[in-house]
Amino acid sequence: MAERPEDLNLPNAVITRIIKEALPDGVNVSKEARRAISQAASVFVLYATSCANNFAMKAKRKTLNAGDVMSAMEEMEFERFLQPLREALEAYKKGQKGKKEASEQKRKDKEKKNGTDENDKSRDEEEDEHMDDEQEGENEGEEEDVEN
Amino acid sequence: MKSSPDVSCINQDALFLTTKATELFVQHLALSSYKNGSGKGTNTLSYSDLARAAEESETFQFLTDILPKKILARDYLKSLEEMDKDDDNL
Repeated sequence: MAERPEDLNLPNAVITRIIKEALPDGVNVSKEARRAISQAASVFVLYATSCANNFAMKAKRKTLNAGDVMSAMEEMEFERFLQPLREALEAYKKGQKGKKEASEQKRKDKEKKNGTDENDKSRDEEEDEHMDDEQEGENEGEEEDVEN
Repeated sequence: MKSSPDVSCINQDALFLTTKATELFVQHLALSSYKNGSGKGTNTLSYSDLARAAEESETFQFLTDILPKKILARDYLKSLEEMDKDDDNL
């Protein structure tokens, strides 16, 4: 890819929205300031990723996980973020669980409507997908055990 | 995130956390810069507010290269000249 850090920029609309949320009503933000914040945020992502990656490598893992990111925040002296991040992660995981349950529910409903043959095909495909997810989960679990 | 060297895979949760952390960071940076800056009087957040925050706050130290303070071109050229003079003297 060979892109310089300055070239990687996040979507402006999103950055503007977040800035507006943070500042009191009626405060203006110069275009330059906005661009600067966007670049600062990009650098933040790179720095946080690299930091989190160090923790993952120390633990001899190739996949960054949530714990690594949290450790990176502490390392970077952003402890103030830890609590809100934990809460956000909880909410996110619940949302994910809900989605999974919802899609499983949909599948069950589908089965009731469809015939058996079509059933088996689609069910097999979906089972494969689920198995992959479960395997990933199991692998992560094993890795964590090894660390401990 | 993947453009970082050595990073092969990223967990879904890790991705979400990084996104959320970046959001918090943007808020934190915007608010700190605004509070400490002169913009408060004019109700505007300007680039110099951010550059000041990068220099003065320990937490934002890593941003000093990205958010350098602006100086006039002639001041920069002057300081270059002075550096050359020092080299000559050595």
